[in-house]
This record gives sequence, structure tokens and C-alpha cells, in this order.
Amino acid sequence: MFKIIQAQFIAPGIKRFVLEAPRIARKQRPGQFVILRIYEEGERIPVTIENSDPERGTISIVVQSAGKTTHLLNSLNTGDQILDVVGPLGKPSEIAKFGTVVVVGGGVGTAMAYPSAAAFKRAGNRVISIVGARTKELVILEQELRGVSDALMITTDDGSYADKGFVTDKLRQLIQNGTRIDLVLAIGPIVMMRAVAELTRKENIRTVVSLNPVMIDGTGMCGGCRVLIDNKSEFACVDGPEFDAHKVNFEVLVQRNGMYRDAEQKSLADYQVAQQAHSLRNEEHCAIAQRSER
Amino acid sequence: MSPVAKKSVNPLSPKERIKVPRQLMPEQPADERNKNFTEVNLGYSPELARQEALRCLECAKPTCTDNCPVGVKVKEFVELIVAGDFLGAAAKIREDNVLPAVTGRVCPQEDHCEGKCLLSKKVKPLGIGYLERFVADYEQRMGTHVIPEIAPTGKKVAVVGSGPSGLTVAGDLIQKGHKVRVFEALHELGGVLVYGIPEFRLPKQIIREQLDYMREMGVEFETNVVVGRTVTIDELMQEEGYDAVYIGTGAGLPQFMGIPGEHFNGVYSANEFLTRINLMKAYKFPTYDEPMVELHGKDVAVIGGGNTALDAIRSALRLGARKAYVIYRRSDAEMPARAEEVHHARQEGIDFQMLTAPVEFLSDGKGWLTAARCVRMELGEPDASGRRRPTPIKGSEFDLPLSVAIMAIGTTANPIVQSTTPGLGTDKRGYIQADSETQRTTRPGVFAGGDIVTGAATVILAMGAGRRAASSIHDYLTNGKW
Repeated sequence: MFKIIQAQFIAPGIKRFVLEAPRIARKQRPGQFVILRIYEEGERIPVTIENSDPERGTISIVVQSAGKTTHLLNSLNTGDQILDVVGPLGKPSEIAKFGTVVVVGGGVGTAMAYPSAAAFKRAGNRVISIVGARTKELVILEQELRGVSDALMITTDDGSYADKGFVTDKLRQLIQNGTRIDLVLAIGPIVMMRAVAELTRKENIRTVVSLNPVMIDGTGMCGGCRVLIDNKSEFACVDGPEFDAHKVNFEVLVQRNGMYRDAEQKSLADYQVAQQAHSLRNEEHCAIAQRSER
Repeated sequence: MSPVAKKSVNPLSPKERIKVPRQLMPEQPADERNKNFTEVNLGYSPELARQEALRCLECAKPTCTDNCPVGVKVKEFVELIVAGDFLGAAAKIREDNVLPAVTGRVCPQEDHCEGKCLLSKKVKPLGIGYLERFVADYEQRMGTHVIPEIAPTGKKVAVVGSGPSGLTVAGDLIQKGHKVRVFEALHELGGVLVYGIPEFRLPKQIIREQLDYMREMGVEFETNVVVGRTVTIDELMQEEGYDAVYIGTGAGLPQFMGIPGEHFNGVYSANEFLTRINLMKAYKFPTYDEPMVELHGKDVAVIGGGNTALDAIRSALRLGARKAYVIYRRSDAEMPARAEEVHHARQEGIDFQMLTAPVEFLSDGKGWLTAARCVRMELGEPDASGRRRPTPIKGSEFDLPLSVAIMAIGTTANPIVQSTTPGLGTDKRGYIQADSETQRTTRPGVFAGGDIVTGAATVILAMGAGRRAASSIHDYLTNGKW
């Protein structure tokens, strides 16, 4: 069992957890992830580690509600327990002095991009961070990123905060302005990572993306997380999760991530119906209690 | 010269023994069991077990024991069955084998003990596996495990992986008085016995009972630790004070054929397919959250001819597959699967497409598998493995409609431990180098065995390596010499 030391929403539907996991905290490097299982009947899902504190023996993760498991996870609070947490898995990000590094974070991917941005900065790079979110409330870790970046740019799809547009608009501007870029790290939705890859491919800018395929064991045993890299099968859990963006077959990634869409939707719908029934029951109980009080 | 020992409790003469037929294993009817996950074999009754035990010729030089990777004293335990001392028989097996209820079920006896049984020269061999299973189950039902009292040595051993070889090492070393802690990457203990072998061949309850027994003996277990990532071998030895480490991390990354279309939805590795079913209980979706592709009414094929292939396709059949094929590029004679499993699979209605191989997978244009394009093969000259090499027959291509294809063509070495342990020697395929007698690696204090040394093999061979390792770890801890 892994105890939740702290749980706090940082945006609507996005929650940060600090977990007691001393072994993982000692070893975690930027770019790595954990696999967790909340309860006995639960599935195993990979979640990127945002940060760790080896002294306190804690790690933090940032989770966005999407399917049943993430909804359930985000209903947990300080003091609750998670049944299984294993990691740190995957190869760490390659952190070195490249020169100018552009770190692109889309949505909740920003939480995963942040520790890498910090590490790039510590390694002596000039770090330009670009953060994209659908709308104002979903912009996360702005202050933290500002603290480790030489420049920070923010876009929202609807223009409700900072500049309206996409992260690729900002990246294109940088390129057009003649900014020398030695490396781009992009973490976020597949469509965003693919758009970044297409943009930098033309400019021959080295670009790394962090992939999020379906995964079970996370140690190379099952092969469920295989992705096509340069037309060859590689396993995101042991060969990745970070890959050369220009070699990734994003189409196959999208297709394979859709393999269980029907089941995922059913799980979520069942969960939401159960939650509704639960809260209705609670309301009824309250109403009955109120009536009997009268 | 009579092979029968003088003071045998067996009342039958050798001639009479040969006349006793091999007792059939009671089993679930094929057309019932292919719809459920309950165990196929039901086990001997005490009467059947004694009747079968009477057949043993009690050879002066038992070849069965010589051919057992862990050296079970077959003649002695069988004689105890004849005498009606079933618990004594179980204790006798446990001297050499910490997992008798497991090996009694999944060991390929025809390649080991039963393959060399003297009876098999004239009639069917003694049912050693069935008898082993019987006494192990009997002991379990009686609940009378004896926990031996052992003086602690003060030495600590870390075992990496809780599969058959790791559990053997742990079981042997705890009985020598060493402190043993087993690290497991998954959330459940048992390795391939739990994620790989299905319930109908090895009920999970049996593993849990064996693990409980080991806990009672003092073995400690820690799940959710990926050695190499969560903690390294060096950290275990230098910071956590382990005097020796045994690496038994098992089979590695699943192989694919490298043919077009292997990334289509519906194409699984056998490891993933079986893990979803056995470990994650995906077939109980939505009670369990892990999903899998719907198999009910679908056509499913497994590519490969080993035990893993049969486990996967027989699981698919039980989950409602309309057609369930084994596609194997060689012939019956070369199939590596256990004889009993092939027999059971045929009874259950699995369609064996022998001398056949897929060359491409086809899709509906939206990324979902619809068929395997296959080619028929013929056998040519023997290859490096000694088996006749299959070669495609020109013009024999045909399309086999499929919704799910499961690749069970072997594994390659998992690199996690090797790449994080400086000085740990590997062979050219990436497996850990270990001495075949002592299981010592190139790193002092570090031993290895099982699939991570040999490549994919069997439960009993992994246990054999575990036995040898435990013995040489004990020597090393006792005399300190490397």
C-alpha cells in the first residue's frame, strides 16, 4: 500500500498527489513514470512522475480525469492509500548541455515537461518553455515553469488566457525569428506532439517526444506498449518512453491507443452512473433525515 | 536379476506390476471444460494413487531420479504411497522440490522422469507426475506442513523474481538458515506461474498455498520492485546488506515475426494476451477494469507450437472463440509443447494448422485485424536446432479470416538487470552468463538461473537451476570463497 501524503486539485479535473514511495523517490529521474493500480479489481495504468523528494521519500504525480481509473484516482484524498505503485520505469530523459532547449507542454503533459525543463536548466541550457492549454483554468505549473525557464510562452485554444492559438504557433514564431534551437522536447496529446514533429522535421531540429501507449507490466514482458519507430517495433516501457519524434509512427500510436475505446467508455459510463446513484442515495438519505427531524 | 528390492512393501511381483494398467487421470469432459477455466485434470483418488504406485518396478538404479532436474527421489516417495504414508511421500518430495503441486501439473514428465521409466520399454511409464500431484494436494488438504526449526546463519540473500527458479532458491536457502527476501516486479507473486499459466492448468490457489508455506518458513516477499530500476543489484549488496543475490527474472521481451501488419489492433503477444487474462482478469471485465478484445464468436489463431501457444489458444476457446487455430510452421513431431497439453487441446476442438506460417496480417483499413495471409510449408534438411527446417511451398498462399492473432514464437532477453549491473557478463544474445553447475555469474556474490540465463525453457529446468544455485550460494556463504 502506498499512502497519499497530499492530494490537491491544481486545475479543474487535474489533481496533484504526493505519495509515500521511498524506493521510487530515491531513484527517479526526469522522464520516468510509475505504473499504479488503485484496488484489487483495478487496471494498471502508467503515470509520469512529476517530481520526487528523496529525503522525505515521496514522489508527486499529476493526474487528469479521463477514464474510470483516473476519475477514481482523482476522487482519492490525503490519507487514502493506493494498492500498488511500481517504478521508476522507462529510461530517464537524456539531460545534457545542448545549448537552447525548447520544452513544449500540452495540457497535463506540462506536469511531465516541468522536471525535464528544470533539469535542462540545471545542466546549463537556455530553456524556452511553451505551454498550451484548452482554456485558462487548465494552464498548470505556470509559476514553477517560469522559475526554471529563460522565457515562458503560453497559449490557450480559446484565447481566455495569454495568447490564443496553439503551442506550434509559438514554436513556429521562434523558428521564424531565427532563434537557434538545439533540442525540442514535446510532451502532451498525440496530436500536439505530431504537429510539433512535423514542424521541426522541416527545420531539421532534433525533437524528442514522450509516448503514452497502452501498457500492463511496464518491464518489457507483455509487449502491449509496442510503437513503430523507424518502422521497427520498440517497447515504450524499456526502449522509451522518449523517442526521436521524427521516427515515430503517430498514426499507429493513435490506432493502438484506440484499441479499447469501447471498453473504456463503458467503464467510465458505468462508473459515472454508479457515482450518480451514490450521490442520489445520499440526497435521499439527507431528505429522509430532514423529514424525520421535522 | 530382479530389479525389485528385497524388503519392498509392494506385494506384487514385477510381472504382476507390468500387468497393472496405467491409471487414467480423471478429467473434466472436453466439451464442458472448453467453456470454463476450472482445472482440466481432477487428480487421483487415494485408491487410484495406490494402484498406480504399485506399478513402480523399484529399479536398483532409478533413471527417473537421474533425469529429474531437481533430483526428486521418485522410487522412495512412490514406495511411501504404496505403504499408505502419503504425508511421508510429500515430505520425501519436498527434500528436493519446493513446488511439488506445481511440477506435478506443468512439468513435461515425458522429457524427464517418465521418459526414462523402465516400464516404458514394455508398457506405459509410471504416472510420476500424477502421483507427485496427488501427494502434494493431499498434504495441502491435510494442512500439516512441517515447519523445520533451523538455526539462523546471519546471512542475507536477495532473490530477484518470484517465478519457479526464484521460489526454489528461496525455499532451499531458508531451510539452510539464511535470511531470504524475494523481490517481484509485478503486484502479484509467482512470476510465470501466475501471469502465464492459466487457471485450467495450474489453479492460482495452489501458488498462493505454496507461497503461504514459504512465508511460514520465514521467506520475506516484496512486490512492486523492478530490480535494476527501483533498486540495483549493487545497492542491494552494498547498501541493504545482502551477502548474495540470485537473479531469476525469467523470460524477456516477446518476439514478433517482423511481418507486415503486426501492429494492427487484435494482434497480441502471448505474454500480453495471457497476462490480461491470468493476472488482470480481463475476461471478468467490467467487474475487473482491465479490458481485452472481445473473443466471443470471433476467429482466433495462435502462432507457435509451445506450451505458451497452447495456453493462449485454449484460453481463447474458453472465452467463446468460434474458431481457435494453432498455426505452426513445422509438424506434430517438432512441437515443443507438453504431450498431454496437445492431447487435451485436440480433444477440446482446437484446429491445428500444421506446416503453416503467416506471411502478413490484413486489416479492415481502419487498423483492425481481419485475416492472416498464410503459406504452407514442407520440411527440408535439419537446421541448427536439429529439427527439420521448414521451407515455404510456392503458390500455397491462402487467407485465414481472423479477429485476433496471438504471437507465441518466443522471447528475447530482458535487458533491465544486465544494463544496470556493471560487470555482469552476458552472452551474445544478451542473456546473463552463469556457470551451468554453480550458476555463478561474472560478479562475485551474484548468481543467476532460469530463462534469463538459458532463454525460454520450462518450469522444471528453471527450478533445477534454482536448486544448483541454492546449493552453491550456501557453499559461498559458508566458506566465503568465490
